[in-house]
Amino acid sequence: MAKVKGVIIVDKEKCKGCELCIHACPTSVISMSGEVNAKGYHFACMKNPDACTGCTNCAIVCPDGVIMVYREKKV
Amino acid sequence: MDKTIVKAGNLVYRRTPVMNDNVMHYCPGCGHGTVHRLIAEVIEEMDIQSETIGIAPVGCSVLIYNYLEIDMQEAAHGRAPALATAAKRLMPEKYVFTYQGDGDLAAIGTAETIHAANRGEDISVFFINNGIYGMTGGQMAPTTLPGMVSSTSPYGRDIKMMGNPLKITELVARLPGAYFVTRQAVHTPSSVRKAKKAIRRAFENQTHKKGLSLVEIVSNCNSGWKMTPVEANKWMVDNMFPFYPPGDIKLNGKLVNKEKE
Ligand SMILES: Cc1ncc(C[n+]2csc(CCOP(=O)(O)OP(=O)(O)O)c2C)c(N)n1
Ligand code: SF4
Ligand code: SF4
Repeated sequence: MAKVKGVIIVDKEKCKGCELCIHACPTSVISMSGEVNAKGYHFACMKNPDACTGCTNCAIVCPDGVIMVYREKKV
Repeated sequence: MDKTIVKAGNLVYRRTPVMNDNVMHYCPGCGHGTVHRLIAEVIEEMDIQSETIGIAPVGCSVLIYNYLEIDMQEAAHGRAPALATAAKRLMPEKYVFTYQGDGDLAAIGTAETIHAANRGEDISVFFINNGIYGMTGGQMAPTTLPGMVSSTSPYGRDIKMMGNPLKITELVARLPGAYFVTRQAVHTPSSVRKAKKAIRRAFENQTHKKGLSLVEIVSNCNSGWKMTPVEANKWMVDNMFPFYPPGDIKLNGKLVNKEKE
């Protein structure tokens, strides 16, 4: 069966670690990295990438607009 | 992560080019950034980047012109609707909007807000209500809820001493010059989608020349409220929404039913 798969690319230097994207994701893909960026913020990353459907929910709630989303139908 | 998915044809969301790459100065999780982006996306989708003039407020969003790639002019505190009136009257073919906080729009700028709406100026007003003065340290604003703690109401807003909060959006809706008045939020994916539609409608109304559009966005000031962004959004839903309920208040020049009584 065809499955919709997604990938998010977070601009980690611009992420401010607000965590709003974590709560916007319906499939619990995102968590905060253990590392910090140059500003000292933990940044968002895909902890559970296989669950991403590319729905864009995280990207549209991100106040800093730092998430890009790709989506593909996989057979 | 399946890297093969990352290719141009599969891109479904990217930052709009109507915003530049500057890192915004807002606190993490602040709704200002989201609303800036929605305005920029609508400008991109309507293809009106070179025909849009924005008027910046005084408040945290005073620097909005550093982020949007459009013509913008800074107004004195609260005077954005007056400046927008001038811009629109001199250049009626342009799309003119103001971007204002609740201290700017509902305190020092109350007169400009009410008179621009009452005159029926063909402008869009985007009003970010976070219940306090964010920029100056979280002081009480006209919009501060009864009992709400701020730096100048540390024991909570006492209505007897400090007066009532002002629902300026409902007040503007009753003026004959106001054509479209709505209250939105940007804390969840669905609220962001609805808020974007409202922002688009506010811009499109300028082509009908029927009067002023005002879109209030109930937002968080997590720094001022002394909460994490996630806690602040929850607090907003539990406390701000009962007093400032999201929804349309006036559509096509007519008050929606619940506002009639
Ligand atoms: C004439 C004048 N009076 C007072 C101030 C101080 N001041 C700067 S921002 C602000 C309030 C901003 O609050 P709000 O409009 O709610 O925006 P926010 O920062 O919460 O986004 C005040 C009173 C000023 N800059 N100019
Ligand atoms: S919403 Fe944006 S800024 Fe906030 S943690 Fe997620 S990617 Fe970072
Ligand atoms: S002080 Fe409040 S309104 Fe200003 S950027 Fe921070 S969270 Fe946003």
